[in-house]
Amino acid sequence: MIPADYPNSKVVLGLGNLLLGDEGFGIHAIQYLQVRGSEQFPVEWVDGGVLGLNLLPLVEECSHLLVLDAVDAGQAGGALVEMAKDEIPLYNGMKMSEHQVGFQEVLAVARFRGRYPTYLHMIGVQSVNLSPGTQLSPAVMAALPAVYQRATIILKGWFT
Amino acid sequence: MPDIYIPIVGKDSSNGTPIPPGSSRIVIDPLTRIEGHLRIEANVEAGKVTDAWSASTMFRGIETILKGRDPREAWLFTQRICGVCTTVHAISSVRAVEDALGITIPDNARLVRNLLEAAQFVQDHVIHFFHLHALDWVDVVSALGADPAQTSALARSISPWPNSSPEYFSGVRSRLQGLVDSGQLSLFANGYWGHPAYILPAEGNLLAVAHYLEALDWQREFIKFHALLGGKNPHPQTYLVGGMAIPVNPAGNRAINPQVIAQLRGLISMATDFVTQVYIPDLKLIASFYKDWANYGAGVGNFLSYGDFPSSGNDPNSYWLPRGVIFDGNIGVPSQPLDQQQIKEFVTRSWYSYSAGDSNGLHPSVGETQPTYTGPQPPYDNLNVDGKYSWLKAPRYNGNPMEVGPLARMLVAYTNGHERVRALVNEMLGALGLGPEALISTLGRVAARGIETSLVVEQMGTWVDQLEANMNSGNLAIHNGALWDPSTWPATASGWGTTEAPRGALGHWVNIANGKIENYQTVVATTWNGSPRDAAGLPGPFEAALIGTPIADPARPVEILRTIHAFDPCMACSVHLVDARGKPLGIGVTVH
Repeated sequence: MIPADYPNSKVVLGLGNLLLGDEGFGIHAIQYLQVRGSEQFPVEWVDGGVLGLNLLPLVEECSHLLVLDAVDAGQAGGALVEMAKDEIPLYNGMKMSEHQVGFQEVLAVARFRGRYPTYLHMIGVQSVNLSPGTQLSPAVMAALPAVYQRATIILKGWFT
Repeated sequence: MPDIYIPIVGKDSSNGTPIPPGSSRIVIDPLTRIEGHLRIEANVEAGKVTDAWSASTMFRGIETILKGRDPREAWLFTQRICGVCTTVHAISSVRAVEDALGITIPDNARLVRNLLEAAQFVQDHVIHFFHLHALDWVDVVSALGADPAQTSALARSISPWPNSSPEYFSGVRSRLQGLVDSGQLSLFANGYWGHPAYILPAEGNLLAVAHYLEALDWQREFIKFHALLGGKNPHPQTYLVGGMAIPVNPAGNRAINPQVIAQLRGLISMATDFVTQVYIPDLKLIASFYKDWANYGAGVGNFLSYGDFPSSGNDPNSYWLPRGVIFDGNIGVPSQPLDQQQIKEFVTRSWYSYSAGDSNGLHPSVGETQPTYTGPQPPYDNLNVDGKYSWLKAPRYNGNPMEVGPLARMLVAYTNGHERVRALVNEMLGALGLGPEALISTLGRVAARGIETSLVVEQMGTWVDQLEANMNSGNLAIHNGALWDPSTWPATASGWGTTEAPRGALGHWVNIANGKIENYQTVVATTWNGSPRDAAGLPGPFEAALIGTPIADPARPVEILRTIHAFDPCMACSVHLVDARGKPLGIGVTVH
């Protein structure tokens, strides 16, 4: 785990299940971005997998958080869906889900505890294929350069 | 993609099984996220559940990814199956390969694995109690009516835990009030607040809410245990077929050294305080109000534990928590030995087909995963529960449905005369004024999880002591590389590896041919507990446990949640998904 006293409070966090095709987008993306952006941006690059509440310390201890994740927005495969801080739903509004430790609940818990990141942004990519496999579908793979471009703009904003 | 996010609480059965006259059908979907989504359908008659079906409605065939890969790297993939079970899937995988190839591990590797797994038990059980289960018993909104002074008095009457002043509880209440006044309860939204089945006094509710929040602070610290032994990456990085990939070196910097030993001891001490002063007192307090729940949720009455925490190598005979099976709730005699050849998975009522027909079970070593979906196309109201109705297979032991998890482990240990387990069980039962028969129930599952946490956290120090003794005596080996090179392997080999995950027995089976994985099967805890009916029509543990459950209000079936969540179904598999449905984005963002 990230130690509580780690020096860098700016985090890029990839989320997803690496074994379920495009659901692993966030993990592929963090690798893609880290290789290209680590010299330019002194941030922590974290492969968060599907770790749930284990990610709470990381969320609560960073001032800047960029989340990369797969989404289903009913758009064409590979389309980017971005959400700024106040647009990210903290709670998905369905019954019983207070018992489900999704990443949204991690965000909600952090907010309730008054330890919400000052800067928060999410870049999602419309998924195509969620069947078992460790590869991204071609359309989602092709979105990686655009994700990098958008992430670069966000990260530049953090350092100006 | 099926719309898996809409909870349905209804009575219609337009395309499912006819519902008997006088009954109504409750559907909860999704109940939790586990290898897909858990759906419960239950018939309710005269305020009680008369029949129930547990279904997983999302297919995952992750084992297929492993075919053709190097067996030494299988654990890197299996630990990605689930976000809360990383460690246990990794351990099962390396043990399966070690079993296949006849690899023994050094004593330090045994100890580090025991410690990593024990830490996972303690963390998961605390989180389960406060964050996944407590809200089934604790009414968050009622806590607003609590008197802070009386809450303080209550807290001090049950525990020496220092955060217990009236001012402290007043602060928690204000924070909660702020959430309510903001017009959205956020993470507490859509609970069944005010339901008559909630009977804790307001002060008990406020106490539990305060500890819900404190447990998160505790967890932030305690997960450093995994960083010390598993590496900085959030995913454990130090597993290795043949041992572990972290050096033991008293003079080493990035190694298990005296400083790390001291840190481990500090974290164990902190965990001991939290478990003994917060978790257990709260559990006893809540249980004392809900003793009725010792009468519900008995389930199948059969229990299976693979056992775990070896005292020597990976010898099952040396397991600190013993291996065994219990039938028909018979806890008056020692458990029977477990023979893994008796494990078979049935698909008679599951959306798969077997090449030799669906009426016979298959042992996992020759398991087949051929999806054959015959269910309704979504959206639908009810499943046809007379036919195939779940993506979970039905594992059976010698034809019997078996419950796995903390209760199974504690009962197997109890019946084998495990002295510390017997002492802790008797202490808990004495505190609640209940007899051993009360254990086989929904309340018994909650109590067993707490007992096990006490047991494990007090044992961890012993393993740290042994690790330190090895280090000080110059025994630094932690990896056996003698059979690392595939050229030393036989042409074909097969093995199985088990762990006890926090939520129950976990098995991996591997067949290796010419240095590559030929077949890989996992049977996870929630497949045992959440299984559908089998070829003989026998219900799985969730299904059996729900029968007889009282339902005060079919539109708000909190009682079903109590019994199902008491099993601790695994839920983090889909954890990363963002659902922005209904949010003002101009697009219906649903996230799978």
